[in-house]
Amino acid sequence: MDNAAIIGVGMTSVDANRVEDTFADMAFESVRAALDDAGMTIDDIDNVITTSNDFWDGRTISCMAVGDASGAANKNVSCVEGDGTFGAFYGLTRALSGSYGTTLVTAHSKGSQSISSLITNAAFDPIYERSLGMDMVTACALQANAYMNRTGTTSEQLARVSVKNHGNALKNPMAQLGMDITVDDVLNSEMISDPLHKLDCSPVSDGCCAIIIANEERATKYKQKPVWVKGVNFCSDSYFFGDRDISRVRSLEEAAAKAFKMAGIKNPSKEIDVAEVYDAFTYQELLWLEAMGLCGDGKAGALIEKGTFDVNGKLPVNPSGGLLSGHPVIAAGLIRIAEVVKQLRGDAGDYQVDGAKTGVAQGVNGLSGQSHCVWVLGSEK
Amino acid sequence: MANRVAIVGTGQTFHKSHRPDVNGQELINEAVKRALQDANLSINDIDAIVIGNMDHFEGINYVDCWSVDGSGATMKPIIKITTGGTTGASIAIGGYHMVASGLFDKVLVIGWEKNSESDTTGAITTAFDPVWDRQVFAGAISGLAVEAQAYMARYGATDKDGARVSVRDRMHAMNNPHAQLRKTVTVEEVLESPMLADPIHLLDVCPRTDGAAAVIMASEEYAEKITDKPDWIWATSNRHSYTYLGDADYGRLTSMADCSREVFKKAGIKEPRKEIDVIELYQPYSFAGIIWIEDMGIIGPGEGPQYIHDGNTDMGGELPINPSGGVISCNPIGATGLIRCCEAAMQVMGKAEGRQVPDVNFAISTGFGGCWWTDMILHGSSKPQL
Amino acid sequence: MNKGKKKEMSEEFKGIEPMICDSKISVPYSWWAGETATKFLSSLRDDKKLLAVSCSDCGKSFVPPRKVCPTCFTDNTDWKELSGKGTIQSFTVARRQLASIPQKVPVIYALVKLDDADTAMLHFIEGVEPEQVTIGMAVEAQFAEKRNGTIQDIACFRPV
Repeated sequence: MDNAAIIGVGMTSVDANRVEDTFADMAFESVRAALDDAGMTIDDIDNVITTSNDFWDGRTISCMAVGDASGAANKNVSCVEGDGTFGAFYGLTRALSGSYGTTLVTAHSKGSQSISSLITNAAFDPIYERSLGMDMVTACALQANAYMNRTGTTSEQLARVSVKNHGNALKNPMAQLGMDITVDDVLNSEMISDPLHKLDCSPVSDGCCAIIIANEERATKYKQKPVWVKGVNFCSDSYFFGDRDISRVRSLEEAAAKAFKMAGIKNPSKEIDVAEVYDAFTYQELLWLEAMGLCGDGKAGALIEKGTFDVNGKLPVNPSGGLLSGHPVIAAGLIRIAEVVKQLRGDAGDYQVDGAKTGVAQGVNGLSGQSHCVWVLGSEK
Repeated sequence: MANRVAIVGTGQTFHKSHRPDVNGQELINEAVKRALQDANLSINDIDAIVIGNMDHFEGINYVDCWSVDGSGATMKPIIKITTGGTTGASIAIGGYHMVASGLFDKVLVIGWEKNSESDTTGAITTAFDPVWDRQVFAGAISGLAVEAQAYMARYGATDKDGARVSVRDRMHAMNNPHAQLRKTVTVEEVLESPMLADPIHLLDVCPRTDGAAAVIMASEEYAEKITDKPDWIWATSNRHSYTYLGDADYGRLTSMADCSREVFKKAGIKEPRKEIDVIELYQPYSFAGIIWIEDMGIIGPGEGPQYIHDGNTDMGGELPINPSGGVISCNPIGATGLIRCCEAAMQVMGKAEGRQVPDVNFAISTGFGGCWWTDMILHGSSKPQL
Repeated sequence: MNKGKKKEMSEEFKGIEPMICDSKISVPYSWWAGETATKFLSSLRDDKKLLAVSCSDCGKSFVPPRKVCPTCFTDNTDWKELSGKGTIQSFTVARRQLASIPQKVPVIYALVKLDDADTAMLHFIEGVEPEQVTIGMAVEAQFAEKRNGTIQDIACFRPV
């Protein structure tokens, strides 16, 4: 892969309800922030990729709502429907294809404007499954149970993820839910769907993120020291739950293995300094870490109890507070990328991981981790 | 190093108003299998998949994830690109960049729609802003009628001029076994068909269709091994500038003009009328066939009606347009833009069967959708000079 | 507890309460089941029989059935009747009345691996207290009294 870098990041804060903002307002705010961060004007942007979802936005052609606010007038623009990490991937290919030197990528959603259960129920097959009435929560609870059964991971260990991430969010001014809670608080919170309690689940939030990707030639022309894309890949598993072993994530194993290989990383658990992973639910942080090879299979529960994934632990995971502390769907994965970029620049303020040079960001699309996109980033070329 | 990219295989379903015999995944699979067959490849040869449709036309969320059984994406990278009506062209452009970037060598691009399953107008109406535009907008036709009226007022064209375009496309569809509507019409029949929104009659517009199309794009290294006559992608461009209906310049498709300028500049084309051999135009209704080729710079403003009346855009004419029969003869929306790309590729590759234009060097395929948006792709029989 | 940041409204918007436009989009759907699903669903409705279909290349048998094998890309043509018995691979007990759930909670969802097929299917578990459900439990399909060619012609799976 030719060299490419992320040279600007910006986002709105993540909130329960951004009632003053339309989608376009959020897009404009994050694009403005990304341009300022990069020391660029909109004229320095060669093309734009927006990321959105028609169901979440209640609009066919959801990209139309944010196109001009994202600076796409008179530019080449396209739209990915899926998590922000996938939108960023397409943006990356456009910066590497010879047609454009810089790509602006945005991703947004407003969870406050819809009934999330009905929206994720629509991801189920209309002929064989949808009428059963499952949604993302029950689907992930099903996976959590399978994972815990296979590995012996306990509810207490899941709760530790919530305690860690909400605690981390106290230091992140953009996060929605910084909270000082205990394992008991999580276990005593309302059981939504066995084994997931309320505090095992992320909220459904409003937010938008923007990043700027540049090819090698343009990467050093602006304000920031570039954060280089060392490796990247994505992969989807089978669709029907019954076609795959949902206690495992072979599509993430594949995507991560390929991304790490591209980056020349042989031992991720030792060579990665910081990870921002897609913790829509507590069990997911543990399961995704294992699948990516960032720790041994079935071992994440024991390691989180030892403090391995704390901000000052051996492998800090979600120092930003992750999605448990605020989850704007679609923007979610792009925010993971932006957070790793901040870490590798030394810009993460009160939740900075000291000396972070190599990081990984991961995003998810579909039900119960069917499709994953993994980004390996480094501060050196 | 950026790669040259070529289309090495295409496949389509035989598009119909209803396909009750298959569900969406099975429809997709038909097109995919045909494209693989055309390129003499197996699904295992494919490195990544790009898919597109308009969600609210099928009522399925996360279509890329749902599609894997039919699209062949199990344990492969799959990504969904969606831009409304122009999705088919946007996914082709997406496939192009996936390969040009050097990250993938063989990419399968799939566009599909099962319009029979939903209330298309109800879905299209949700595209427009709920606060400002949605309450006065009644589906796709109303905006198009405004455009036609504006053009007619400016240049003195009449509804007979629009009807002549329908006559051409429906005649061309007789050569295309994949097209949905295969029956010729006369100018009189068009003008006598029910009025939808003045001056647009029923026979001036596209139908609703169930159909899928697939295209395989390959990097230079592989393209030349897979086929003797690859269809080289010379340039792509798009403009999706408008969000609100009131911002558009009715009677002139500014996005088409901007795209054409960019594409022709990139490719070094100075006289499109002479240098382009065939156009597959995303033309959702007849008048667009007049207005948008003027905006493309083929002929001057106001010259469209006469140019078309004289047969220049018919098969055998100076610059055939829509040898496939175009969108008026067949419109599975998420696939439609990709079908234009397929058909243009088939023309360049010499695989267009009964609708082949002789000696095609350059072909253009376009997409249209959203708020007066245009996507454009320039296809060529020789390798582009990068 | 960290309070979320509310955006600073610029001078000209101070004192103006943001309006909310309530709306709903209505896009009704009917999905063609296709011939393969029609055969499967008709069998549930008319014969109270659960069918699977196999790939002639790799031999994998699928329920719900697929017209084409997802990995081999060959048409699946070997149909067979299943006993309706299976094993719970995983389950969850929905306790909160989420908007998508049609019945009153608690509702038990499970992934049931059918004994004589290679895949599992999602469905309800009934006839057992939520606390008694285990992964690995043997269950059997129970057909509904009134059946009209949908997946709910199977009312649920019950412990054997």
